[in-house]
Amino acid sequence: MTRTLEATTTAPAAPSVGTRLRTLLFGRSAAIIALLVIVWIIASVSVDNFNTPNTLYFLILDVFPVLLIALPMTFVIITGEIDLSVASMVGLSSVTIGALFQAGVPVPAAVAAALVVGIVGGAVNGFLVTALGLPSLAVTIGSLALYRGIAVGILGTTAVTGFPDVFTDLVKERLFGRGTAIPTVLIVFIVLAIIAIVILHFTGTGRSTYAIGLNKEASAFSGINAGRLKFWFFVATGTVSALAGVFWTLRYDSARGDNAMGLELVVVAAVLVGGVSIFGGRGSLVGVIAGVLVIGALRSALRLADVSSDVINVATGLLLVVSVIVPSIITAIQRLVQRRRAAAAAS
Amino acid sequence: MTLFSKRSRSGMALVALALGVSLTATACSASDGGGDGGGDGGGDSYDIAFLPKSLGNPYFEASDAAGQSAVEGFGGTYKEVGPTEATADGQVTYINTLTQQSVDAIVLSANDPNALCDALGEAQDAGVAVVTFDSDVDPECRDIYVSASNAELIAKKQVDLIAEQIDGEGQIAILSAAANATNQNAWIEEMKTYLDSDYPDIELVDTVYGNDDDQTSFDKTEALLSTYPDLKGIISPTTVGIAAAARYLSTSDFKGEVALTGLGTPNDMREYVEDGTVTSFALWNPEDLGILAAYAAKAMIDGDITGEEGDTFEVDGLSTDQTSYEVGADGVVTLGDPFVFDADNIDDFDF
Repeated sequence: MTRTLEATTTAPAAPSVGTRLRTLLFGRSAAIIALLVIVWIIASVSVDNFNTPNTLYFLILDVFPVLLIALPMTFVIITGEIDLSVASMVGLSSVTIGALFQAGVPVPAAVAAALVVGIVGGAVNGFLVTALGLPSLAVTIGSLALYRGIAVGILGTTAVTGFPDVFTDLVKERLFGRGTAIPTVLIVFIVLAIIAIVILHFTGTGRSTYAIGLNKEASAFSGINAGRLKFWFFVATGTVSALAGVFWTLRYDSARGDNAMGLELVVVAAVLVGGVSIFGGRGSLVGVIAGVLVIGALRSALRLADVSSDVINVATGLLLVVSVIVPSIITAIQRLVQRRRAAAAAS
Repeated sequence: MTLFSKRSRSGMALVALALGVSLTATACSASDGGGDGGGDGGGDSYDIAFLPKSLGNPYFEASDAAGQSAVEGFGGTYKEVGPTEATADGQVTYINTLTQQSVDAIVLSANDPNALCDALGEAQDAGVAVVTFDSDVDPECRDIYVSASNAELIAKKQVDLIAEQIDGEGQIAILSAAANATNQNAWIEEMKTYLDSDYPDIELVDTVYGNDDDQTSFDKTEALLSTYPDLKGIISPTTVGIAAAARYLSTSDFKGEVALTGLGTPNDMREYVEDGTVTSFALWNPEDLGILAAYAAKAMIDGDITGEEGDTFEVDGLSTDQTSYEVGADGVVTLGDPFVFDADNIDDFDF
């Protein structure tokens, strides 16, 4: 209760929303990019076999679904909502492709159908959250179970495999030929990332996104239709998750209902490590992308150093906890300093 | 329509914390399997990595520990790596890592027959020998598959066990898993053939399906015993079924009267063997499986075998004392007869 009170009373003294955003944006992003560089340099020097093109190649393929889904998830979390159904949508998309392919539908048509499933699944979440006003946490925990249930229900424990090589090779192709680091599919991500960055950081829609997360009431007074924006962000997470499901299915040549089980935690973790506030209103896409890569690089380096997977999970978990706690501590310290200064000025 | 009250803010903070804690907690729940090896094999010896379906699974802890003794016994470097959850994508990242590390051989039990193929292909291209055990991948994607047993041996062993326990005559029934489970049905067909040819006095009166669900299997056992009052024995070729049937028998009047055997794990069955409900049951010995897989990897590295049918290689330290194995069709090496667990040996196993 004091939070809102403080926010309004201290508002005139604080820097404008624009500058505040900018410092948060670049301050936090810069820190994460620096962390990425440090992890990379330490790993290159001290871990055998890390400094090879294959490290980056496998790393990109491994984190590719997370990279994709983190883009729309960032928008959703900045508005103060969350979508926990993304991994189930990856599974449902995978099963859609698998079941249709098994029934003789050509792969491109099956992929299109999977994307439609993603749009519909995202729209259902968006409708329940914005039109009915239900909390997204509850709605998407429900759709997490629902989409996974449908996916596993359709294919059971069986897998559909044997997709044509043309498509499975496509997702694994290296852009600059044999032995090089960059997979061709990265282009898909780069295009989507540029679109997302432009929308979030350089348009009115992006400013509205932050405004909704920072202060819902104020944003409503300034004429922002929060519901409509949020609806489309949920549609975007659904669609991009389905796209991740396409990639997943073709990379492993295996359509299964349990594909990407638990991936939603990895995505949310990466977004938070990337500096997006779970309370909404703060964060940048550059930070998120760096966050995904930090987690990927750390895990890759620890694996190559023969660290056991439970310890790797502990390290990733600690990174998340620390990245959530440290900014709050910094904010608390800043507030304390400000109060001291104010007290000193008053006396 | 306050979607975003202060209450939900603290809710969100809790979610963030819970996420962090659950990531750490998943890590803690799995046992520390190992994977702490020195890493540097050098290339002059046998650098062999075991990749189980997941870490912390007692079955693979048993097989991999035996594999470790075998590898270290012939002067190789052993390590065990793997995901904490039994997923194909988790295994793919480890196959990629092992390929980058240029190990000499990967010994794995696959979570998916196809999803690992591409990564295994890259490993083979890089000169890594690929040996699967317990759960195979598509035969094109590996060099050798070390199989625990085969349908005929599994079926015969269970029939022999029940025949021994009911003195070769009387009514028996089968408690299976799902009606469409391929391996179960293959075993049941083999059992029928073997019963007809070798045990004419044993009558198979019914086959029921517990769907590998504990409660269903329990109820089906109860139904079998009330439908067939003269039933002498039950074969349950599934670990869930045999444990549920044993639980029913142990608290019923039929304990000691109706024999029960099948495929079970020592940890599930220990109390029923100790209280006399079950005399003996079968499964493969995961330790032998690990040892055989380790020696198959060694033979691949040495070039003694290539996966061609008819190649032979030497093994040391199996509980059966068999020392020579031949590669069968499709690169399959079969460990042999299922292993019989009874009151005398069950405490030697923990899986």
